[in-house]
Amino acid sequence: MNGQGSDKEKPTLKEDIRMGRKAMWAGIVMDNPVFCQLLGVCSALAVTGKVVNAVVMSVAVIFVTAMSNVLVSTMRKAIPRSVRMIAEVVVIAFFVILFDQLLKAFWFDMSRELGPYVGLIITNCIVMGRAEAFALQNRPVPSLLDGIGNGLGYTAVLVAVAVVRELTGSGTLLAGTPLAIVFKAGQLSSETPCLLQIPIPFEPSQMMILAPGAFFTMGILIFIFRAIRPEEEI
Amino acid sequence: MDQPSFWIVLVAAIFTNNILLRYFLGMCSFLAVSKRVETAVGLGIAVVFVCTATSALNWLLYYGLLNPSTSIISKAMGQELDLRFLQFILFIAVIAGFVQLVEMIVERVSESLYMALGIYLPLITVNCAILGACLFMVIREYDFLRSVAYGLGSGLGWMLAIVSMASIRERLRFSNIPKPLKEVGIVMIVTGIMAMAFIGFAGMVSL
Repeated sequence: MNGQGSDKEKPTLKEDIRMGRKAMWAGIVMDNPVFCQLLGVCSALAVTGKVVNAVVMSVAVIFVTAMSNVLVSTMRKAIPRSVRMIAEVVVIAFFVILFDQLLKAFWFDMSRELGPYVGLIITNCIVMGRAEAFALQNRPVPSLLDGIGNGLGYTAVLVAVAVVRELTGSGTLLAGTPLAIVFKAGQLSSETPCLLQIPIPFEPSQMMILAPGAFFTMGILIFIFRAIRPEEEI
Repeated sequence: MDQPSFWIVLVAAIFTNNILLRYFLGMCSFLAVSKRVETAVGLGIAVVFVCTATSALNWLLYYGLLNPSTSIISKAMGQELDLRFLQFILFIAVIAGFVQLVEMIVERVSESLYMALGIYLPLITVNCAILGACLFMVIREYDFLRSVAYGLGSGLGWMLAIVSMASIRERLRFSNIPKPLKEVGIVMIVTGIMAMAFIGFAGMVSL
């Protein structure tokens, strides 16, 4: 990231937004945090059994990355270099606790299902990495957009993995929401409430919901992603 | 709630509920440091030690300070004070502080041990397996002894996974893998096969 850290000429808000947009696109596609930089792999594997879980987790990461980026960037001149790690961790932990409490208050079942993984956002390398690599050198507005962009890049990977795993593992999509789509082998039944039922020619495999399915899906997605972009030297 | 015995928690944490192969924790350092067996063993030992010690320390602090019915703050105030929402910040602070402390002690006491472990210690603060083990121990409401067993088992399980992965990767270097699949891609797939093997332990004990 080319840090235009010198605030001598006072860049305008417009320039800020332009620069932030560039960082945002880099976060989503070219420099995708999960596929290219291999950050945040733990939770990308853990919460992707269901699309709904993946989406909630992504919202949490976008929120925490964006907000902690803004706060770290605002304080970047006040934080001495020697304690910057601790300062960053405290800022990140603050927003994670905030999100965790909100989730517990408004959607307790989801909080139960995600278990410790919401708390583990603190050690998610994406959040820490962006604070360290971008927010410490840049102004708040680009940092906000950079945080959102990297969060969205993470979201894209999570949703992709979750769609594959939920579809092949339990034969549903968006289960647990009013928009649920059920894919079934053989004839259709009207027992489970869902929006749509589509017959498919294969039986869902339990293994895709279990841990190995997550590793295989992730490995194959990385394979495809890197095959499409061969210029990226590993 | 009936709790499993010390040994069952220990064995289950290593095999059936392996923290890496079942809960995906500690993937970052698993991917980065599994290229050579020697370094994998070094990091593994450091993780076992820190994981055991911090789960004991965090258990004491959690039930001593944060949990409303047992904390000394509640007793001193005469009313129950629920500080459990502070668990994340307490745990990560304890882990970071403990790692720093260990690093300083090791540096003073043994030069050779510091040379062997020193470089891995800072990496451990951001290893989510440690924080994950602490959070699981709170969610499952283990008592002190079982928490230590769980911490020790999680560390050993993680070490087992990374050392076997490093051994496989040393062989993989000479095999002909498609270029986009190299490094991370193939590691993911091999880990998947390892996880499948570990599912075979599932009937042995359960948590």
